[in-house]
Amino acid sequence: MASLIGHYSLIFGLFLSILIIFFSIKNFRNSLIFDNKIISFSFLQLFFVILSFIGLIISFVNSDFSNETVFNHSHTTKPLFYKISGTWGNHEGSLLLWLMVLTLFLFLFLLKSKQQNKKYRILTLLFQQIIIIGFFIFILKTSNPFNYIYPIPSEGLGLNPILQDPALAIHPPILYLGYVGSSIIFSSTLSAMTLNYISQKWASHIKGWILISWIFLTIGILLGSIWAYYELGWGGFWFWDPVENVSLMPWLALTTLLHCILILEKRLILKSWVIILSISTFSLSMCGTFLVRSGILNSVHTFANDPGRGFFILIFLFCLIFLSLFIFFFFHQTNDKKNYEFFWLSKETAILINNWFMMYFLAVILIGTTYPIFLEVINANKISVGPPFYNKLMTPFLIPFLFVMAIGPKLKWIKSDIKNKLNLILFLILSILLSAFIIKNLSVSFLINTILVSSGLYLFLITLKDFISKSFANLSQNLAHFGFSLLILSILLNNIFSKEIITNMKVGETFVSEKIQINFDSLVKKNIKNYDALIGKFEIENENGEFDILNPELRIYNQPNVVTSEADIKTDIFTDKFITMNLVQNQEYFNIRYQIKPFMVWIWFSVILISLGGFISLLKRKYEN
Amino acid sequence: MYGRKVKLRFFFVFLIFIILSLSVFLIIKSLEDNVIYFKSPSDLKTAAEIEKKKIRIGGMVKIESILIKEKEVKFIVTDYKNEINVIYSGVIPNLFAEGKGVVAEGFLKDENLFLATKILAKHDENYMPPEVKKALEGK
Repeated sequence: MASLIGHYSLIFGLFLSILIIFFSIKNFRNSLIFDNKIISFSFLQLFFVILSFIGLIISFVNSDFSNETVFNHSHTTKPLFYKISGTWGNHEGSLLLWLMVLTLFLFLFLLKSKQQNKKYRILTLLFQQIIIIGFFIFILKTSNPFNYIYPIPSEGLGLNPILQDPALAIHPPILYLGYVGSSIIFSSTLSAMTLNYISQKWASHIKGWILISWIFLTIGILLGSIWAYYELGWGGFWFWDPVENVSLMPWLALTTLLHCILILEKRLILKSWVIILSISTFSLSMCGTFLVRSGILNSVHTFANDPGRGFFILIFLFCLIFLSLFIFFFFHQTNDKKNYEFFWLSKETAILINNWFMMYFLAVILIGTTYPIFLEVINANKISVGPPFYNKLMTPFLIPFLFVMAIGPKLKWIKSDIKNKLNLILFLILSILLSAFIIKNLSVSFLINTILVSSGLYLFLITLKDFISKSFANLSQNLAHFGFSLLILSILLNNIFSKEIITNMKVGETFVSEKIQINFDSLVKKNIKNYDALIGKFEIENENGEFDILNPELRIYNQPNVVTSEADIKTDIFTDKFITMNLVQNQEYFNIRYQIKPFMVWIWFSVILISLGGFISLLKRKYEN
Repeated sequence: MYGRKVKLRFFFVFLIFIILSLSVFLIIKSLEDNVIYFKSPSDLKTAAEIEKKKIRIGGMVKIESILIKEKEVKFIVTDYKNEINVIYSGVIPNLFAEGKGVVAEGFLKDENLFLATKILAKHDENYMPPEVKKALEGK
């Protein structure tokens, strides 16, 4: 029943799209004021898509196995929470979520843009409807979440156990708010370009939307990273896996756009650059969906997939890019050269320099992610590109990037000179000395690490000084930059100070090295609703005589029959102690991995600070209006 | 001759060109150094010489071939035509099992021995790495 309602709501939704397009074209031509009927129809469309989504959730909650999606991804013994989150833990459901966010953003846009020009609003709506129709057809044709199976199976296949996790339950919706949020930026940029509506007022209006999707994207990536850290048991937070890369690429483009829109808002220059960035942000989001869904990527967390789907998205993506390029070349009017003056030393130059750095990072990631695909097509060689590639190409450029990030905000618009030169130089010397002092006694390469740490520290100190001297004029920027410096420093120190021990142990054995002693004390078995847990007890004593007890778990799920490891992590302010235990088939030995990971909490915290910076900027806009 | 502005613009274009070509060169160069090729056991048997670089191998873990000790695990990877011995010490993913697909990264010691530095985890029990699938189907 619920699936039936869901299915028909989708068809109604698609039908409404056509109605909306019809009325908006009529309204666009004939009348001076915006027809409120369109808003009502958009609301109705949103309502139907939500209804359809709720229909799917209800099917999941009731374990209605006549629905193919539910059959493939659910099971009666699964806890209620994961039945619900299973709704978007699969391909069909997650696309429905995409669609829901698309319509939601369109509706919010119509509500929030009342002061804008009528034609601009309608045209944005039209562009957004093109995307929405594309997704409606995509869902109905290739990945309908409401397919029937007959005869009705009595039990489902179950959700992949590693997805049964609170962080991963909320990770997709938040990430999608960020991903899909860029669609409204895309549509409104196309519309503003067509109508030659790009102005300072437009820049400040679109900035709000950029901020919103940027905040969600940042937090979405953070959640995914936290999940990978404790659930996959690799003890890292970023693996340069293609699936991670495709979320980082739109983030980089969006961050660049966020900075560039400031220049447009202040000086009305770089219009074309803003347009290109808006288009590429959304294209990269779509590309990400394509790469993850099509299965052409060789990723460790590939979804079950189907080339037909990838093909559809690819075609759709090409159409959108073609459309936007067409508009860009034929409608876009370049600047009257009125205020086209650029001086070397100014805020906009600094922003622009870092724009280019970010584009370089983006290019590296894009090439690293897609190169294996091309190579396989060209000469059938199967390859993969590992973390060393990214580290080698990106780390050196992080140094000037961080310096410009520290000095840039100190400059004025248009033309500037450096004030407080002495201060800046003093801080530079201080940070170099400090980092040399930190690195000196360690067994890592001195020069590169010192330079890296000192550039991070430089940004850290300069932003910190602004907090202390209470110059809150630009709190949001300062906070975000401070967060970024903290992120870089934590990652660096985490890399330098991490330690790990991997060994195979039987119950009752003790691993002894000069620095640490690990005792595998006991193994307890527990029955929990949809899995059996084997809980190990490990006593760990380090060289200072500190004593920890950690209890990693092995979970043997009933359906699907899969073993997962649950890491046990003991977190304090400065270090995480991380242990995982893996089963080796039919053997008495367990594979044990013990890691000491310093500053993990700081990595998470700094990303929260970065997004908090965006949030404050958003609040400030609201307050000023 | 030319105005200062034209010269400046020319300089800009030149600079951007240099930077672009430099970064493309950098990226391509490090791609060459850092890509890891994938080989099946049959590929290794037919190869003329032993690969020195880091590679990935993949296939099925041969039934009753896993042998575990305190420091290391030994097993045999097969594509049902040829096989290769693997010695590995490190984290073993839970889905690593006899009769299942596996991808291991590391260095070739000699014709019959592969020293793995990493075994790649797969998250889905039905998932078969595309390379392994191809390695098993083809040839």
